[in-house]
Amino acid sequence: MKTAYPESAPDASSLPVVDAIVVGASAGGVEALLKIFAPLARGYRLPIITVLHVPDERRSQLAEVFTTRLSIPVKEADDKESLVPGTMYFASPGYHLSIEADQTFSFSQEERVFHSRPSIDILFDSAADVYGPRLAGVLLTGANNDGAQGLARVKQCGGFTVVQDPKTAQARTMPEAALALHTPDYLLPLHDIGLLLVELERIAC
Amino acid sequence: MPLERDADIELRLLIEAIYSKYSYDFRDYSGASIKRRVNHALRQFELKTISALQERVMHDPSAFMQLLQFLTIPVSEMFRDPTHFLAIRQEVVPLLRTYPSLKIWIAGCSTGEEVYSMAILLREEGLLDRTIIYATDINPRSLEKAKQGIFSMENIRGYNENYLKAGGKRVFSEYYTAAYDYAIFDKTLRENVTFADHSLATDSVFSETQLISCRNVLIYFNKTLQDRAFGLFHESLGHRGFLVLGSKETLDFSSFSKQFEPLVKPERIYRKT
Repeated sequence: MKTAYPESAPDASSLPVVDAIVVGASAGGVEALLKIFAPLARGYRLPIITVLHVPDERRSQLAEVFTTRLSIPVKEADDKESLVPGTMYFASPGYHLSIEADQTFSFSQEERVFHSRPSIDILFDSAADVYGPRLAGVLLTGANNDGAQGLARVKQCGGFTVVQDPKTAQARTMPEAALALHTPDYLLPLHDIGLLLVELERIAC
Repeated sequence: MPLERDADIELRLLIEAIYSKYSYDFRDYSGASIKRRVNHALRQFELKTISALQERVMHDPSAFMQLLQFLTIPVSEMFRDPTHFLAIRQEVVPLLRTYPSLKIWIAGCSTGEEVYSMAILLREEGLLDRTIIYATDINPRSLEKAKQGIFSMENIRGYNENYLKAGGKRVFSEYYTAAYDYAIFDKTLRENVTFADHSLATDSVFSETQLISCRNVLIYFNKTLQDRAFGLFHESLGHRGFLVLGSKETLDFSSFSKQFEPLVKPERIYRKT
């Protein structure tokens, strides 16, 4: 597990080639996500799929808020929609979001996971199943245990995992739960996670 | 082309076996969800492999009925998405009033919450007496529960809030009798309701209808099966009939997108063109 990035010189060869990035966050997540996505420039070519725990409102403002703050296109994922590289997708409130083998999204209303729907575990599990080693999973601040099992699953399927350093997290429970289940490839503060996302894209595309 | 993983082979075989033996067709369901449901069932059955589960359900119909409870997802509530019901009241009911009699199909009615919500709405709008409601589902246990109309008291407070937001005109508690932890709904609400076993995957159209409500069912289908369902709805609906879907379901990706036009798009209320 590495705890700094970039180290003295960015060691690109240690990063894998991935086809997609999945991200999970809960309490404190909006700020954290804005920080890690801030360095991504227009023309970024990996798809990013994010579950942020939000109240069960029908209409989420997340996509609007992030669209105005980021350079990459942002939208709420639609059921049966095909993933488009370079787009940042948010899960809709009230529905679990999965990725299917044909790289389309599917929604479901199965029971909540750690009181959450959408659940980070469900997104991560389904993405790990589809992408295997060609997936990066990132778990950030949060006040419950959702995502820990899913991130361990990403690793188990050969994927690449990053956890926000709990010392730097607004809520430590979620990153600590992740560390209790597996040792991620990187344990980083938000700023460095942003740089890592840039590098992952440079290597993959 | 990578080899198919063992668990994926086993899942495919299980689904084929269920179809061949019991005629329940999950072959065109969305893969991620069905895989989670089967894995969840494995833990409940305390079995290690999907093959073992297949062996069990092949030789024991009661085990299949148990598995079916995991494969179908009975998440429902009354007046779910209240603004949807408000839109039906405001935009659809005035048009429904012009019909001398009505047939409404609630496809995938699960344990009946949607049925009683619709019946209450129609009664308040003076339409229930001239309406026949067909409430269908593939799960016989869900249908049985729907017929009883008994719901946990725990959820009633939330339903009451939904009812009011949905434009409810009376006092919600007029529609049920509280008995211990349960709310027993007024049985006259279901006088004109026919509950029936029907599969959108394998069965055909059984009646002409003026309105079809199918909410949070199509998300579990792949595009092929969604198109089959839309085909059935199109065939069943009479001239300018109404189709209402769940808040995240859309005709946009379907080959039937031209055969329907949105009436209230954000509420997923469509009308046959």
